[in-house]
Amino acid sequence: MTLLASPWRKLTGQQREQHRILIPALALTLIFFAIISIATGAVNIDVASLPGILFRSDHASARDTVIVWSVRLPRTLLAILVGAALAASGAILQGLFRNPLADPGLVGVSSGSVLAAVCTIVLGQNLFGANATQFLPLAAFIGGLLSTILLYTIATRNGRTYTATMLLAGIAISAIAMAVTGVLIFMSTEQQLREFTFWSLGSLAGATWAKTASVALFILIALGLWPILARGLDRLALGEAEAGHMGVNVQVLKRVAIVATALLTGAAVAVSGAIGFIGLVVPHLLRLVMSPRHRFLVPAAALLGAILLLVADMIARTIVAPAELPIGIVTACIGGPIFLWMLLTNIRKLES
Amino acid sequence: MTHRNATVLRLSRRNVFAGSLGLLSCFSRPSYAGTIIDAGNISVSVKAPKRIVTIGSAITEIVFALGEKDNVVAIDLTSVTVTGATGLTNIGYMRALSTEGVLSQNPDLICVSNDSGPPEVLEALRASGVPFALIPHVPTLEGIQTKVTMLGALLDKTAEAKKLNTDIDAAFVKLAAKISTLKQRPKVLFVLSLADNRIVAGGSETAADTIITLAGGENIATSFKGYKQMSAEAILASPPDAVLMMQSHTVENILSQTALVGSPAAKTGRLITMDGSYLLGFGPYTANAATELARKLHPDLAL
Repeated sequence: MTLLASPWRKLTGQQREQHRILIPALALTLIFFAIISIATGAVNIDVASLPGILFRSDHASARDTVIVWSVRLPRTLLAILVGAALAASGAILQGLFRNPLADPGLVGVSSGSVLAAVCTIVLGQNLFGANATQFLPLAAFIGGLLSTILLYTIATRNGRTYTATMLLAGIAISAIAMAVTGVLIFMSTEQQLREFTFWSLGSLAGATWAKTASVALFILIALGLWPILARGLDRLALGEAEAGHMGVNVQVLKRVAIVATALLTGAAVAVSGAIGFIGLVVPHLLRLVMSPRHRFLVPAAALLGAILLLVADMIARTIVAPAELPIGIVTACIGGPIFLWMLLTNIRKLES
Repeated sequence: MTHRNATVLRLSRRNVFAGSLGLLSCFSRPSYAGTIIDAGNISVSVKAPKRIVTIGSAITEIVFALGEKDNVVAIDLTSVTVTGATGLTNIGYMRALSTEGVLSQNPDLICVSNDSGPPEVLEALRASGVPFALIPHVPTLEGIQTKVTMLGALLDKTAEAKKLNTDIDAAFVKLAAKISTLKQRPKVLFVLSLADNRIVAGGSETAADTIITLAGGENIATSFKGYKQMSAEAILASPPDAVLMMQSHTVENILSQTALVGSPAAKTGRLITMDGSYLLGFGPYTANAATELARKLHPDLAL
């Protein structure tokens, strides 16, 4: 619990005002990296010819137009959306559970999505015919939502949701989902197994405009819920009873927070597979330098998450070009050491 | 390897007929030398491609065998062990392709085995405007010949493709004739991987099962489909005369496994190691691979 700085702790003046500089700076950095992302890749496209391609001038080569418009643009936007969704849901969940270890994996969304994905890969051909993998994103999204609803039902008694029960039941549900996933993996053919392995390592390689547009809808709606949640989450840090006394309808707050994170994570996992570490690391990084008040923390987390995933994807698609690395490997390679470094340099602050 | 369902199989055969029809019609239009209807039911035309990307070891082998090796610029990870592929750019694993990675090779023809992926990347490559031919992958003799016919038509090498198919046929017929004289079929266990005393074996409906049968062996792991971990007891119940593998392991290491100790394979030290793409890729040299395996399984048979 001590890891999670209270929004009510004494802040230095610097930290209190940090967000005024930090949020615009993050937004500018994101725009900067988005431009770099569109300009770089396995194919060398002259930066000078980019405006021509973007505005579809007649001089642009057909190949470069396809690469920029059908590969790099949807992929850049998808990386921004998924990164923002993962980091924002991490920030909301850590606030809701008042637990520094809470990340999207804990509320059962990820394990439900993974189970639904492996079902589609292994059993899909019998249910939907040869094109079963087209249903994979939708199945993963529905699987994530269903497991969250199940977990919420388990942890709710007489109209009150017990967050500790929810965390523990989340671990149990993940274990059950993993077991069923294991059975399906056992039944799978060699190709299905390969397909699942690559899906579970995460990748944005399958980005298309249709995919980007459909997740944008869910992610933007869910991100739009943060102003409603922010004040309640701040007060919740003092304890449930205290938050109640301060006029927060704790049950409504929990419900909205769970719906928002299920939508964010479900949509992200559906289009990009299981990408770890962004949801866990980003909120912690930000709390070290800025006010932990959720009004500023959630949007800052969304921006930093988007930047990190965008950079990770640029590494994934260029470092072994013309081949490509699964992005989950890159985020874990970056996220793990950053997290450790953060813990080691702030050990005194965190334990006090 | 892969098991495609019957409808897709039938569809791809029909495509071959459609492909040869496309070939007939192209004689009347000599400007479009290579036109085929590919496995995605889409017409593909190319004229003397100079920068070909081949994805799938069988496709790489066939394109090389048709004399187009000098026009290939990049291959996939499964093709790197194909003879003559050294020095070509490797664009990565065939089921984790990158649109931009493939296009960065400036290809003027992309030949892809249809068990490649992810599907979105294949769609994007098709939409890129670069001629894109999806070649059906069916791990049978007919499947190999279908690939040869399609690639021959596409690359304007019809005569070479015909000859290659005749050679493939002849090699299989010759092998089958020898195999039919066998009185006894040695029991074979195909070990896909081995870790910590756990053996993952090739069951029925696998490329390994097909190649063992072609080489006159009897696969002992037919009680399950696909590649699965096989219990030591099941192996002990039907001890193999030979163990077939793709990676090089020491004979002692493999044959000292609990499941294999005391088997005829361990007593005679018969561990056969062959390259994975050559053995299981179902390309033009599959008959050679089967013959090589047969030679090792039946040392007394003149092959």
